[in-house]
Amino acid sequence: MILIVAEHAAGKLGKATLEMVTAARESGREGPITVLVLGQNVSAIATEAAAVADQVLVADLPQLATYNAETWAAAATQIAQEGEAHTVIIGGSRSGREYAPRVAVKLDAPYLEDVTSLKASGAALQGQRYTYLARVTETVEAEGPVVVVTVKPGSFAAAAPAGAAGEQYDVELTLPAPRVEVTGKSVEKSSRVALTEADVIVTGGRGVGSPENFSKYVEGLADALGAGVGATRAVVDAGWRPYAEQVGQTGKTVQPGAYIALGVSGAVQHLSGMGKSKNIIAINKDAEAPIFKVADYGIVGDINEIVPALIEASKR
Amino acid sequence: MNILTLVRQVPDAEARVKISQQAVDLDGTTLVVDGMDEYGVEEALRLRESGASVEQIIALAIGPKRNEDALRTALAMGVDRAIHVETDEQFDAVTLSKVVAQVAHAENVGLILVGGQEADWDSQALGAASAERLGWPQLTWTNELKLDGETLSGRHDVDDGNESFRVTLPAVVTTQQGLNEPRYPTLPNIMKAKKKELRKDDAASYGLQARVRTVGAEIQTRARRNTMIDGKDPQAAAAQLLELLRNEAKVLA
Ligand SMILES: Cc1cc2nc3c(=O)[nH]c(=O)nc-3n(C[C@H](O)[C@H](O)[C@H](O)COP(=O)(O)OP(=O)(O)OC[C@H]3O[C@@H](n4cnc5c(N)ncnc54)[C@H](O)[C@@H]3O)c2cc1C
Repeated sequence: MILIVAEHAAGKLGKATLEMVTAARESGREGPITVLVLGQNVSAIATEAAAVADQVLVADLPQLATYNAETWAAAATQIAQEGEAHTVIIGGSRSGREYAPRVAVKLDAPYLEDVTSLKASGAALQGQRYTYLARVTETVEAEGPVVVVTVKPGSFAAAAPAGAAGEQYDVELTLPAPRVEVTGKSVEKSSRVALTEADVIVTGGRGVGSPENFSKYVEGLADALGAGVGATRAVVDAGWRPYAEQVGQTGKTVQPGAYIALGVSGAVQHLSGMGKSKNIIAINKDAEAPIFKVADYGIVGDINEIVPALIEASKR
Repeated sequence: MNILTLVRQVPDAEARVKISQQAVDLDGTTLVVDGMDEYGVEEALRLRESGASVEQIIALAIGPKRNEDALRTALAMGVDRAIHVETDEQFDAVTLSKVVAQVAHAENVGLILVGGQEADWDSQALGAASAERLGWPQLTWTNELKLDGETLSGRHDVDDGNESFRVTLPAVVTTQQGLNEPRYPTLPNIMKAKKKELRKDDAASYGLQARVRTVGAEIQTRARRNTMIDGKDPQAAAAQLLELLRNEAKVLA
């Protein structure tokens, strides 16, 4: 079977899970597509998952109330072994890429990390991944009785329901006690769409000028377009915006339908996080800014003039 | 207790990458220590300077000869000695974690510091895979660290924000931007570093077998439309951009 470990948050199945189902369907690997839902009070999530999967395995346990790398790795490994999975697909989120290597070691399986495509190639499983600051696409492959894969968010279309809903089964797990004690948590709440889920992202760079302007222009345009908000490292380092909004090599990787960069120079480390966006729109007063080289649409102009006009026009 | 810090030598961010024979070719490319690993080297030094009982800080590199430069940099920053497991074969991170685990055992290591994401291969797997092989807990994306006896506490980024944590050593920590500002090696330290031990290990003795094959590589050159709009008349430019986004790119409703 193909085992997918569901990603979910706030009681809802994450888009990443639907993307992983598409990856499984496109892979050409045989066997039922099985989604494993780990958590507490997850029955609604399991029902959502059942709409796209052949079967759903549910572990609804208090020990799974919060994510922990060692617990998640143990759970995924146990189910992969019991179900004789030949392919284990995990989301390419921060947490997914944190526990998937543990699963690979436990299963003594090769690990294809953060792939953007997935297909069977003879006995091997082949995927593509971005390397060298996303300037190179490498094709990698591995074979074995079981292969562990993480899938880059946004690389596959969200799966639509196919036929009848899959059966749901409860599973029993033997879980290790978490050794990392969480002594505090700060959730970066945002009323906006999460960056990795957004179809449109408005990102502000240092050229926006000040934290006040960032709110006025970047958040203002994002609100007008129903978009997510991103920031460059320069802006994050200056303390204008939280790290959670940083896009780039050391921030998030995003690939929305439209990426609107306001006052962003287009440094390689920034491009590596957003260069795969379907459409890149840049507004910068310097016609020579490197961002224009990767832009589909560019306006050479001053943020202070162009953005208020854009906000105004988009309301019409 | 000893601290192990892992270092890699990677292309400078601004360096051009080229492909020959279906693979990335680094011949003639400017190489530097992976920035993410540098945070780990710096943090190891700071933990010791903060009074934690750290006997030795050991830097480990696995890979081709050029990694010696990364080890020299680490030695010049202040680590005590270095180990180079030299090999020209390309290994995936999960395979390399076998070396890390064996070295950690042999060298009485209680804490491993490794960059959160490789600047060349973009992998985040080495820390986690090493932790699993050793049976240790791990903390990834760490941006604050304190060592008090055997208790390691700090803060790290998670999917939806950040967490403060506490864990008892041994553990693996992956490092990132914000943790510290890595120091520059001073000339006297560079001189001193020349006398420090840089041990060469035979890769064959670690029993490695690559599990992931690279079968192709392509430079990404995505054709972009490059439609430029003059911003002199802001209202007209805004209207034109929205028109294009709605009707040509079809990304806005
Ligand atoms: C190891 C490492 C990792 C990094 N990781 C990241 C990362 O993850 N993400 C990231 O973003 N960066 C990262 N960087 C930093 C990166 O190199 C750049 O420094 C950064 O992206 C620059 O941010 P910026 O474009 O906002 O600022 P700047 O480079 O200062 O550019 C500002 C731009 O705004 C324009 N401008 C100014 N005023 C106006 C105006 N009134 N109207 C219109 N345009 C205007 C200017 O022409 C300029 O092009 C990293 C660097 C290193 C070394």
